[in-house]
Parts: sequence; C-alpha cells; structure tokens
Amino acid sequence: MVDIQAANQTAVSRMMEARPILKGVALAKDVIPGMKPNLLLHAGPPIEWERMSGPLRGAVIGALIFEGLAKNEAEAAALVEKGEVEFDPCHHHDTVGPMAGVTSSSMMVYILENEKHGNKAYSNLNEGYGKVLRYGAFSEEVIAKLRWMNDSMGPLLAKAIDASGGIDIRALLSESLHMGDEGHNRNKAGSIIYTAKLAPWIAKVATDNDVESEVLKALGDNALSVLNPVMAACKAMSASAHGVEGSTMVTTMARNGTDFGMRVSGLGDQWFTAPAEVPDGLYFPSFTSKDANPDIGDSTITETAGIGAFAMAAAPAIVTFVSGTPQDALNATLEMYEITIAEHSHFTIPQLEFRGTPTGIDIRKVVELGITPRVNTGIAHREAGVGQVGAGLVRPPMKIFEDAIHAYAKQYGL
Amino acid sequence: MSLTKSQVRPGVYYDSVVLMQLQRKLAALPGVEDAGVVMATPANLELLADSDLLEAAGKAARPEDLLIVVRAGSEAQADEALAQVDELLKQRSSGGANQAFRPRSLAAGVKNLPAAEWVLISVPGRYAAKIAHEALDSGKHVFLYSDNVDLEDEIALKQRAAELGLLVMGPDCGTAIINGIGLGFANRVRRGPIGLVGASGTGLQAVTVGIHNYGGGVSQAIGTGGRDLKAEVGAASMLQGLRYLAADEATEVIVLISKPPDEATAARLLSEAQTAGKPVVVCFIGFAAPAEQIGNVHFANGLDSAARIAVGLSTGAITPPAIEPRAGYLRGLFSGGTLAYEALNGLQNFLHPIYSNVAIRNSQKLADPLHSQAHTIIDLGEDVFTVGRLHPMMDNDLRLRRLKQEAEDPETGLILLDVVLGEGAHADPAGELGPAIAAHSKARPDIEFVALVIGTDEDPQNTEEQIHKLEAAGARIFRETTAAVDYVAARLAAAPSAAGKALRLFAEPLAAINVGVESFFDSLKAQGADAVQVDWRPPAGGNEALASILEKMKGK
Repeated sequence: MVDIQAANQTAVSRMMEARPILKGVALAKDVIPGMKPNLLLHAGPPIEWERMSGPLRGAVIGALIFEGLAKNEAEAAALVEKGEVEFDPCHHHDTVGPMAGVTSSSMMVYILENEKHGNKAYSNLNEGYGKVLRYGAFSEEVIAKLRWMNDSMGPLLAKAIDASGGIDIRALLSESLHMGDEGHNRNKAGSIIYTAKLAPWIAKVATDNDVESEVLKALGDNALSVLNPVMAACKAMSASAHGVEGSTMVTTMARNGTDFGMRVSGLGDQWFTAPAEVPDGLYFPSFTSKDANPDIGDSTITETAGIGAFAMAAAPAIVTFVSGTPQDALNATLEMYEITIAEHSHFTIPQLEFRGTPTGIDIRKVVELGITPRVNTGIAHREAGVGQVGAGLVRPPMKIFEDAIHAYAKQYGL
Repeated sequence: MSLTKSQVRPGVYYDSVVLMQLQRKLAALPGVEDAGVVMATPANLELLADSDLLEAAGKAARPEDLLIVVRAGSEAQADEALAQVDELLKQRSSGGANQAFRPRSLAAGVKNLPAAEWVLISVPGRYAAKIAHEALDSGKHVFLYSDNVDLEDEIALKQRAAELGLLVMGPDCGTAIINGIGLGFANRVRRGPIGLVGASGTGLQAVTVGIHNYGGGVSQAIGTGGRDLKAEVGAASMLQGLRYLAADEATEVIVLISKPPDEATAARLLSEAQTAGKPVVVCFIGFAAPAEQIGNVHFANGLDSAARIAVGLSTGAITPPAIEPRAGYLRGLFSGGTLAYEALNGLQNFLHPIYSNVAIRNSQKLADPLHSQAHTIIDLGEDVFTVGRLHPMMDNDLRLRRLKQEAEDPETGLILLDVVLGEGAHADPAGELGPAIAAHSKARPDIEFVALVIGTDEDPQNTEEQIHKLEAAGARIFRETTAAVDYVAARLAAAPSAAGKALRLFAEPLAAINVGVESFFDSLKAQGADAVQVDWRPPAGGNEALASILEKMKGK
C-alpha cells in the first residue's frame, strides 16, 4: 500500500531542494527537446486551433509571421487550417511561457538548469508592456520588437549570462520576496536585482554601446523582465518533483485561455482540465470584465512552486488585488497553508515572521476543505492583439481536483 | 453631450493597482461614463487617447504626475466626481474586509493558536466525531456541543481521551465553565471553591447560578454530555472530572449532577466520590438517596438544594478523614432482616454488583442463598435458613458455620455481622462469635470484621462487655446501621481505576479553537479568552463519494 504522506514529503522536498540556475540564452530549436520549424508551443493544456481563444490565436499568427511561414493573418490562418502547423503545450517540452506562451523554433529562450537534480527548463524572453505577442498582438511593431529581442538583446544576454557563470534564480527569489515581490504579478524588485546582476557582465561583453544601452533600458524599465527566468526556474523545480509514485502533489497548473489544466506528481502525464474562468480583477481605463479573456498562461507555475499568490503576504503593494488591505494579503497566504504540504525552506515571508511560503498543493486538501489554489494573474483582452486589460485574482475550477481524486482512487485501487 | 475633464496632481505617486481601484470607483459615480486614473507615462497617455479620455490638460502632464480623467454627462457631474477623489482614496484604507484569517481546518486553527488547550465542536453530528478525534490527536481537550453522535463514537472518544489524559465533554454538552470562562451556554458566575461535574447542561447551569446567588463561587464546571452515565459509557467523563476536582487545590467542595444513572455506574461514581478527600454533593435527580449524608458524600434532592448544600459546605466545611480503601468483597451476615435490608439499601449505591436474599432490585437476587457471590448481604433469619432450627438471634451455630465458609473464601475482604442484644436473644453472642472472629482473623489477616451491635446499657447481655469481647477479637464496632454502612462503603470503595492518565491542570488563561457555531467564538472573545474561529465546511463540499475516497487516502 502506497504511503501518500511519505510520497508527498519526497515530492515537496525535491521541489524545494531543486536549485535552478539561469545558464544561458539560445535558439529554441537548438535547445528545447523536440522543437521543430512547424511546431508552436503554447501555454496551458493541449488545445486545437478551433478552440483557441483570441489572444492565443493572435500569438499563433504573430509567431508564424515572425518565423516567416506566413506574411499576414490570412496566410497564417490558412496554414493552420491546412494542418501544416503542429501545436503542443510548452509543458510537454520542459518549457513555460507567460500568457499565450507561444514559442517558436527561431525564438531566443532562457535555459535554466537545476543543479541539484540535473533537469532543465526553458522560457522565452519578456517583451515588456503594451502591444505584445503574449497577449495576442501581431502588428508590425510587435514583430519588430521580437526581432530586436532575437537579434540584439538575446545574443548579448547569452554572452553576459555565460560570462557571469550563471545566476541563481532561487536565491534571487528569496531576496525579492523580502522586497515586496510575490514572484508572479509583482516582479519589480526581482527585475531590478536581475538587471543589477547582469549589468556588469553586459558592460563587459557588449561591443556596441547603443545596443548595450537599449538592452539595459529594456531590462531596467520592465518590471517583468525577470518573470520568464523565474517561471522557468519554477518549472525546473516542480518538474523535479513530478512522477513520485503515490504523491498527490500538484506539479503543473497552466491555462491556455480556454481550459485550466493540472497535472499531479503521482498521476503520470495526464492533464485534468475544465473551462478556465475569467479573473476577478481591476481593469485599465475603459476596460471592464466584459473585455476579459478567460484565464491564460503558464505563469501559474509560480503558485505551483510556492510563490505568486501563495506569497501574497510578502507583497503589500499589490494588496488591492485581494480587496485592499494588508490583512487580506496575509489572509491569502494563510489560506494557502491549508492546502499545502510544506513551508518552503528557501522562500520566506518577513510579514509572517519569516515563515516559509505555503508549498506543494495537495489535491486531497483542496477537495476536502473546498479551497482551490489562489492565482494572481494578468488579464488579457478577449480579442487578439488588444493586449493586457487588467490584473487580478483567479482560482482553478474545483472539478479538476475532484477528477484527479477519482483518477487517483482508480489508479491506486482505493 | 458628454464632457471630459482632467485633474493633474504633479509628483504624486500611487501604485497602479490603487489607481485602478480609484478608477473603478470614479466610473461608478452618477453621470460618469468613463474614467481613467494613471501615472502620466507615454504608454498610459496612449491608452487614454485610445479611449477618448485624453484632452489638453492630460497631454501636458509629465510621467511623474498623477492624471485623473472623467468623462461625464455634464460639467457639473464631472466636477462632482473629481471632487470626490480624495474621499475615495481615503476609503481605500478602510474599505477592505480587514478581518483576521479564518482557517477552514482544525489543523490550521491549531497552528494559528498553539496555546489553545480546548477545541469547541458544534458541527453537524455525523462530522463531529472525526473532528473530535483530530482534536485529541493534537493534544486538545474537547467540548463537544454537537448531538447525534453515535454512542460507539462517544465510547471510543472517551476511551482515547482517558488514555491521553484529555477530557471529552459531550457529545451534546451544552455548558461548561473552565477557569472562569464559559464554554457554550454558560452563566457569568463568580469564581470560588466549588467544582462541578454535570451530565445535564441546564442542571449544571441552574446549580452554578444557585451557587452564585447564595454567595458562593465556582472553580470549574465540567460538562459530560447526557449519555455519560449510561452503562455503556460508564461515566468516563464524570469520573475524570471528579478526579480532576479531587486533585484540584482550588476546589474545596465537589458537586455531581445528573439524571439517575445506571446502577453500576452510580455505585462506581459514589464509591469514587468517597475517596475524593473533600465533600461531594450528589444531585442525581430522581435518585432514591439512602441518606442525607454518607461519609463525605451529601445527597441533594434537587438542583437548588445542591447549590445550597455546596455553598454551606464551602464556607466552613469539616472534611471527614479519608478512609483507605481495601480490596475484596463484602459478606454481610445478618440475623436481623430489617438491618440487612437497610444495609443493602445504603450499600447498593456504592458496591456493585451486590447480591442478597432480601434483594431490593431483581438484579440483586442471590442465586443460591447458601453461597455468596461478589458483594453479598444475607439475612440468616429467612425461612430457608430457619426451617427446623432456632432463629440466629438465639442460636449462633448457623452464623458460625457461614462465618467459616466466608472466611475461607479468597474473595472475601470484609465481613459484617449484626449482634442484636436484648430479651430473648442469645445470652452471650460475643462469647461465641468473638473466638471465631479471632481464629479467622489469624488465618486470614486480609479480612476485616465489622460488627453492628444493637443494644442498650440495660440489656441483660451487658452491652459494654459484649462490645469489649468483639473488639478484643479484632472487630470494629458500630452502634447503628448508617454508620456501619458509611464505613463499609468507604472501605470497599473501588480504588481509582488505573486506566487512563490524570488530567493535567487546565492552563490559564483559557485559549480555545471553536469549530462551528460562531456565537460560541464571539462569547469566548467577549469573555476575554484567546480564541480562533474555524470556518468549517463539510468535507469535499458534502460530496459523500469524494469524502469517502479522501477518508481512504487519510493516514497513508
């Protein structure tokens, strides 16, 4: 008879002991397992073109234009409809991407290596704010930005990271959680630390002052510049905890804009999915919840790994997402202790007397107590290309946890 | 015709989420069609322009300025909205729920208030036992208000609690006062030297109120739940409470309250009460008390009288010296029928099981009058013994033979005899009984002999001399039945059972976790106790199939 308690301890210990180091930047096709020219990776669980939401479709179109496989929206759509484009979740390729998460073979990606267990994880580079591919924008300026990222920023980052010998993202997160970040919706401090760590190496390896200046500005101005390495780090951590026989710990939560998907350590590679919900949030000028797309993105990997909404108590500056008072931010984290297995040994919260963040979601506790995980998230416009319309809080549908409990009972003969 | 108006606040910074919230509130004001509240960065100005919210003043704003824009049906409405910005920004700080975290599970509650020694449970009965077990797992006493808990669950809970040195009050326990803090329904009564254990909630309330009103005070009032004194439960909680109060230095007088208990349970309780070392007032409503007082045990015939007696005892109580209990069974060998009956009537409350050929209850009927079993009281003057022979008051032969029989029984611990003097009786009963007692005492030093001598100083046998002979033989003498019964009951009272650990002293100040009815939490807080409310819901949202799978996945 399987010992669930012990299995969960093993899984959560592996996740916490994992030590993801940012090792480099390279072309997706050169490093991501199984990557090929007509393959597009996307956020969330598997989905076919017909069911894709606006922002995901927009990002697919943009990526096909970026890859030179299509000249415009119509050509891109036709190509997809002819069946010449393959889709696969990022998660099937050790990869994660924010929002639409669309990653194609010629894009530059971060390489994270878990020095403890040896596994790797990947994520694309962050585009910043405004009209961006991850929210489904595919206008010329979007493609131009992607090209600049690939041609100027990526190679310089690659050289700088290489020269630095690697950046310990777990250590960076430990620090940024003490500076008001929760690692998902707020990465302001982390991005500044990231820029500060890279700047000397960028200065050292740069050959063109203008490029150097642009890259430093792009990193420094973007409060999300570290989000993608953080997500890949969280992926490396949670992946090392996947596949522990008998464990009921969640190792993947991800949304594709249509479905919310989850995988569980002891339940193999099957996805448990249900329709994604529209986040409850605050909106930018002139937008309302009517404009919002259902929940999208792989960034829920942060909550899976014990930060993000789970570390809300550490981020008083964004408490308005949880109704507005610091007490509610504390409550948000306290609530997550109810459904998790451990308190993180590296991520701690000053506001809770340096208690470790709630880590390792136990599907049993979720179902028993009726508490689904909290997720902090950006909100995408439901139409392709409009971009971000707000930010807020969402929870996965309870059904995926109930389904997982039934699947567990079946698999383990309960 | 709608109108757009802006307000620029140079150099004022707010986090964007604060601004988004302000914007939402502005947009909800009367007449306002749309609103924008942003730091005036180029990107944000572009956003405003896209939504037709950018006009001259806004365009002139700098990136470090706060820009507030409203589009309203009229200028007045726009001004009205802008005038409210400061008020709305202020609201933010008190607008949230700002309530302390309410855990959903007992485990989280325990983590939140580690000092809590008590868990109050008032969830629907079918979930209550599970939570009570969880509470015991984490080393907490339980106040179990829930009813409809299975009797087997109650027995199992109380057994575990006793093993762990913890207390389970209930199920269906409505009231308790621990260290001056009322749990559940409880009256505000002053603290004092009277400790109570009650199987009846309102009974316990009424007596504590009475004690207060008569000027007394309460050390602890422990509830047990209404079924505690049933035979199956065996007064598990009341016995624990009684022992706690007996050991508690702050308690000088103990009150036990219940509806009439099961016979064996009553005997167990009363015999333990005799070893309490302090006065115990027993109020078993409807219970036929054998006397007003037996040793340290006082019988009250109602709730009010219990309160009155307890208060009286607590102000000037003289505690009779405790009598050491001893092992073995009573064998009462009587020549007088009524004396036998009266002894049985008194002792049946303390000694269990007890049998007799003059049984008061059917269950006490001795199967074979010629052979004793357990505690036995025999009237040797019954027809079965006197056919063809003299009455034992005149002829000691029968008693001497039975005395021998009992003295040879390894189960015998105490032999009680009556010696009735006077006209017509044997001329010198002590002259025959004395040597026999002396001989048996020598052979069986573990047997105690007690003689009840009925006679006057004018009787022909010379009572003084009779008593002297019996005493010389080693018998303890009493001159009336009640005194003899008191002594025998105390001597043969069941020694405190070794099963279970004693309760440790209840910690002050009281801290508790309340699972269920919120008013209990509110009342704990109002009384100044440290408390956590667990916002309990049925497991798996009441989905039985899922809950049963989860149950199988527990403890693995």
